[in-house]
Amino acid sequence: MIVEFGDRIDRAVSDQVLGLAARVRAADIAGVIEVVPTFRSLMVHYDPLRTRSAELIGAIETLLTSKTALDRKRRLWRVPVCYESDFAPDLADVAKQTRLTPEQVAALHAGTRYHVYMVGFVPGYPYMGDLPEALILPRRADPRIRVPPGSVAIATTMTAIYPLESPGGWHLIGTTPIRIFDERISPPALFAPGDAVEFEAIDRDAFARIRSAAERREYRPASTELAA
Amino acid sequence: MTAALKVVAPGMHATVQDLGRFGYQAFGVPVSGALDATGHRLANRIAGNDDGAPTLEILFQGPTLEVIADSVRVGVAGGDAEIEVMGDRPRSLGGWRSVLLRRNQMFRVSRLSNVACCYLAVEGGFAVERCLGSASTYARGGFGGLDGRALRAGDLLPLAREQASDRAELGLAEPPPSGRDQPIRLVLGPQQDYFTEAALEALVSHEFTVSKHSDRMGMRLDGPTLAHRDGYNIVSDGIATGAIQVPGSGQPILLLADHQTTGGYPKIATVISADIPVVGRRKPGDAIRFTAVDVAEAERLRREAEVDFQAVVARLAPVRSAGDLDASRLFESNLISGVVFDDA
Repeated sequence: MIVEFGDRIDRAVSDQVLGLAARVRAADIAGVIEVVPTFRSLMVHYDPLRTRSAELIGAIETLLTSKTALDRKRRLWRVPVCYESDFAPDLADVAKQTRLTPEQVAALHAGTRYHVYMVGFVPGYPYMGDLPEALILPRRADPRIRVPPGSVAIATTMTAIYPLESPGGWHLIGTTPIRIFDERISPPALFAPGDAVEFEAIDRDAFARIRSAAERREYRPASTELAA
Repeated sequence: MTAALKVVAPGMHATVQDLGRFGYQAFGVPVSGALDATGHRLANRIAGNDDGAPTLEILFQGPTLEVIADSVRVGVAGGDAEIEVMGDRPRSLGGWRSVLLRRNQMFRVSRLSNVACCYLAVEGGFAVERCLGSASTYARGGFGGLDGRALRAGDLLPLAREQASDRAELGLAEPPPSGRDQPIRLVLGPQQDYFTEAALEALVSHEFTVSKHSDRMGMRLDGPTLAHRDGYNIVSDGIATGAIQVPGSGQPILLLADHQTTGGYPKIATVISADIPVVGRRKPGDAIRFTAVDVAEAERLRREAEVDFQAVVARLAPVRSAGDLDASRLFESNLISGVVFDDA
């Protein structure tokens, strides 16, 4: 079952989606397996042997109009990124297309606080927005077959980090040394929908140091709890 | 030494699966699990397990395995799959039944000809580590099951039991229908308004064929092109197993167990959960016809499918060989040596 709140990418819509996700989880409705928040809708997976859509619609409508305060735990993450050219295969090209210098692109990207709209595409892949207007570009004309994990990418109004090696059509403007998906821990993704993310430029020495610690699972980026 | 099945030959694509990995789709983790959950559950019941015990999902060509345990009871369920014991007197013991095997015996699951997948369960289950609460292999992500991948020669599949329990072998005298010619029921949407009337009509009136470009993530369907009204990009939303997404090419893709959790192509319809196992066992080249039902009917059909499943389980009975002797009992009691089963 899908509860749709709109048909576009919008912070207000996202807040409604995430609000309902939190309410459905808290209500622990019989037969609901799990919920998946997306940009514009909430997917409610249910077990038809334990409930029926007619009942579920009633329960969810009640939650939609509920005014009770929610304890939504959100975190602000600070993610180190190396924007040096060999860590950023598309940075020069993005600079050219946006008529900025690579340094300006990196500064604009790192100078914005992003909202995690949803996690999808591949395990742990965070869709974060919105990019500063000056950095908005369509996807690459020729998608890559292999994008290395940790690549920090932009396309349209969004930025993301590739958690695993996967195909990808976004512009790669940096690399983070941290691990954002680890199936050995629960939850496996570092960021949850609704979290906030800021990037911090680091040099190659810091990158090497942090990556080595991250590979030993001894590094976790700084984060603080945000008010709901 | 730890009890295991040693992989002598890996077969085409055999992975450890269970009923799926739930609770992590919001983090982009696919559900995975058996393509044909009915086959998986029946293999478990035949071997004497609960539905959720990890089984081996076998696509097309089964592996050859060697018993590295005092004894092991295996059960196979799916299509025309049979357990073939190798050695001096190689013979087939049939399918849809359990078989007791002893240390160093080698056996294989025969090549499948009428379905895409079958399931091999072992009594007690495979003792693989759970990843995010499930034993299911998600090969693209490289996690779950045995090292996050399909079997390779030389692998040791760990067994939870050192030896089989003392009981009669169970089997089904008559296998349940594979549903090979059954129309597949679907519910239109969630984005049916992105398609032309002609596309919606073609979906339920034309025959499609399962493409060879199919895997555990999705089944590509050859057939009529399903045209979009205008544009084929939507703002990404959630995906249910069975969703039929249609990218720009107009060739539909029916999303299966390893499907991504979200996607940006319009989904013209969703196969009902009762028919997911039926679709899961269709193989490249098989025909598919669709017919539309509403949500209430889809839910009723799911409950009915569960009743049917329980009726099949109720038909499980001790396997008897010619002369009404329980061959496996004799075997277990060492009254006779070697493999004595008839090809019944």
